[in-house]
Amino acid sequence: MFPEAAAFVIIFTCLFFIARLYIVVKNRPKHKAGAKGRVAVLVVAGSGGHTTEILRLTECLSAAYAPRHYVIADTDQMSEEKICTFERSRQRSDSETQFTICRIPRSREVHQSWTSSVVSTLKALQYSVPLVFRLRPDVVLCNGPGTCVPLCAAGLLLGILGMKKVLIVYVESICRVHTLSLTGRILYLISDYFFVQWSSLRDKYPKSIFLGRIV
Amino acid sequence: MKTVFVTVGTTSFDELIENITSSEAVQALKARGYERLVLQVGRGSLLPADDSCPHVRLEAFRFKDSIAEDMKQADLVVSHAGAGSCLEALGAGKPLLVVVNDKLMNNHQLELARQLHADSHLLYCTCSTLTETLTTMDLSVLQPFLPGRPQHFANFLDKALGVQ
Repeated sequence: MFPEAAAFVIIFTCLFFIARLYIVVKNRPKHKAGAKGRVAVLVVAGSGGHTTEILRLTECLSAAYAPRHYVIADTDQMSEEKICTFERSRQRSDSETQFTICRIPRSREVHQSWTSSVVSTLKALQYSVPLVFRLRPDVVLCNGPGTCVPLCAAGLLLGILGMKKVLIVYVESICRVHTLSLTGRILYLISDYFFVQWSSLRDKYPKSIFLGRIV
Repeated sequence: MKTVFVTVGTTSFDELIENITSSEAVQALKARGYERLVLQVGRGSLLPADDSCPHVRLEAFRFKDSIAEDMKQADLVVSHAGAGSCLEALGAGKPLLVVVNDKLMNNHQLELARQLHADSHLLYCTCSTLTETLTTMDLSVLQPFLPGRPQHFANFLDKALGVQ
């Protein structure tokens, strides 16, 4: 009797998980995140160009978007400095500055193979889940580095477990004119707001939002 | 002194450095009134000596923390097709000639350079057509590249999230 019962529990759990996943991805929360006055944002900075682009977006967000938690890959030397410089220049306009920088293992180096990408993404997930569960952001803002995927998955998990609906906002890099990046293709499926910066991508991906160039 | 700034970003592009310092290319630059040539050669194996090019003032370096100052001083930027370099030059409002490395096929970075060329924001050539392009190019056809508008993104998000 016991194996059948275990199998039943496992199948039931999986079905529940899938149903919750469907509900979380398809529905937007009824009460808006901004209504309580402050929106906690997890900003996923990548390396080089990704960091520059995401800071240009963050620059325009009002002081209501606080605290801002930046996540960078542990092999990234440049981004931390860029972020600190950016936040210091912002400090003058905000009455109080709230930001943190967290590091997680990089999920995918450029040119890394598919199979080893899967292994390192799982490793990054192991760090992402506790981090996202601790910070409980209202929004995850990201634009393409591989690190986005495990962090967004962790945000999705919070929603699946009914703990908090985390909005996933993805902005495809301006470099992508006709094709989405690998991260973009994955996050197109689970993001709440998916921005592209060229009209040819908007035509291909009907769910995407096109406001012209935004970085 | 009219200056050309050549940049290859974090990559290497010896063929570009070799071609732009050839006597034909330097002649073409001289004919257009450019007298100073600054080369950022990245990880390339060529790092030309300052006196290796007669008729033109040459400076070459591998990397700097910021090339913003070199961009600012330039009257023409010659760049590889990397998105970062293209956007930096256009952001600085400089006429830009992108030299495509045809040995790198299927490089997704080319997507952006091609589109910016189609929209007349930059000129586009390969190493084999570089001298010809420097001789015949017409910089007046270039359209200014307006900065992107992150404020539109912020406004959209404010509305979507109900931020007051």
